[in-house]
Amino acid sequence: MKTFTLIRRALPTALFLLFLLPALGWAGNIAGQRFGGADEIILTFATAPDQATATNPQSYNVHEEADPDIRLAVTRADLGGDGRSVTLKFEAPLNTLKPHVVAISGLGESVRVAKSYLGYLFGILVSALLINNFVFTKYLGLCVFFGTSKRKDTAKGMGFTFLVVMVVSAIMSWFFYQFILKPFQLNFLQIVVFIGLVSLTVQAVDTVLRKVNPVLFNSFGVYLVLVIANCVILAVPLILANNEYNFFETVMLAVGAGGGFMLALYLMASVRERLELANVPRSFRGVPIAFIVAGQFALAFLGFSGLSIF
Amino acid sequence: MATDKSSLQLITNGILNENPIFRLVLSMCPAVGISTTVMNGFMLGIAVLFVQVFSSLTIAIFKNVIHPRIRIPTYTLTIATWVTVIDMVLAAYLPEAYAKMGIFIKLIVAFAIITMRLEMFACKETVSASFFDGIGMGLGFMAGMMAIGFVRELLGMGSLLGYDLLGFKPLLFFVLPLAGFFCVGLMMGFFNYIEARYKSAKRAQV
Repeated sequence: MKTFTLIRRALPTALFLLFLLPALGWAGNIAGQRFGGADEIILTFATAPDQATATNPQSYNVHEEADPDIRLAVTRADLGGDGRSVTLKFEAPLNTLKPHVVAISGLGESVRVAKSYLGYLFGILVSALLINNFVFTKYLGLCVFFGTSKRKDTAKGMGFTFLVVMVVSAIMSWFFYQFILKPFQLNFLQIVVFIGLVSLTVQAVDTVLRKVNPVLFNSFGVYLVLVIANCVILAVPLILANNEYNFFETVMLAVGAGGGFMLALYLMASVRERLELANVPRSFRGVPIAFIVAGQFALAFLGFSGLSIF
Repeated sequence: MATDKSSLQLITNGILNENPIFRLVLSMCPAVGISTTVMNGFMLGIAVLFVQVFSSLTIAIFKNVIHPRIRIPTYTLTIATWVTVIDMVLAAYLPEAYAKMGIFIKLIVAFAIITMRLEMFACKETVSASFFDGIGMGLGFMAGMMAIGFVRELLGMGSLLGYDLLGFKPLLFFVLPLAGFFCVGLMMGFFNYIEARYKSAKRAQV
């Protein structure tokens, strides 16, 4: 029992360290490193470095960890007021999502600069949820979106069904893609396999729900069939196969996409409940006005573009 | 239960009375997402026409050996097979157009219109009737896509099929991807208006 509690206590710390590890890098005289703006890397030294070396752009050799052959040109290296921090300016904006390696030739040190992995995962989630919302900026799943957004209750039920089906089918698709399609070079079967998995998931959710929670099943069992013929659900496996996402990224993408769909449905349903009472021109009643409202939501969601938190 | 409509009636039915985009309000995603030009609409229309016709044919031929309980998965797999074919053909021979279409070619597999036609028509009717129905539905989709593309390209870019017609750009807003929502909504409202006027005029005559 004692060891068990010990493990339980130690586990969070260990996990925390694990996630912190990529940010730490291997230290020498360099105490800290991080991305500044889109085209900056800021290095902090433990003791003041040789000024001539530190301010000479030629002494820095920077590349992305995955492409050691491509050197990124440093245009300026400025020493900060305290004499210990150096700001490197680059010719072109860096892809700050990828880890970079900075080697300093005069000092014989090299350091790895990366964003924290948790932050990166959270970035994927927020991106799928808001910036690249599947309904308003990728224009997917519109049939179901317009079909079931008349009432808030149905919108909630439908959104939740989507979230569940999306996460489960995305995880299954990831396993199939990584361990069957890729090793056996069956990439051309992507569409057939993914749509089969989605139908399978829907059928499974249907059966499980019928037994486990009949009340919930009755409230949105009807929509389950609709889920199969929907492009949002199929888009997630296709995107994750295209981008070669790993497991955590896959889960984050699926949760973001499902949550984004749920959000869009709920927002739309709230507006449409009000629209029922509004005096809309006769020829615009029903679907046409819903399209125009969706367009306005899309305009609003455009405001999220360029949002970056980490 | 064979249909008594002639082949021509079946085709015009798909284009006018049961137009997939404006009448049945199905397959809206590409209608909003990539209908920025007439050419895009035409290319995706070709792909959908191909998938619809061949899936309809396949199901019509094999309708007697498909067990009713597994018919939906069968339809899905049939469509997925034909989508894979057109996906690879386009990627090989028209890479530029394929790149513009992006993920939407692969997503034809989830277009409700195709599954619906298989369920409502191809699994009950003869092979030739299904063939013409597939052509009608495919052409109807293509016509809808091209109509939206026509409005958006003319208003947004002042051009048609890449040729500059107006010499100025009346409403640049329509080039934005999200203007698809507004464009489709306005066009639907416009068609409803025309229909209402047409009906009331007819009633006045009687």
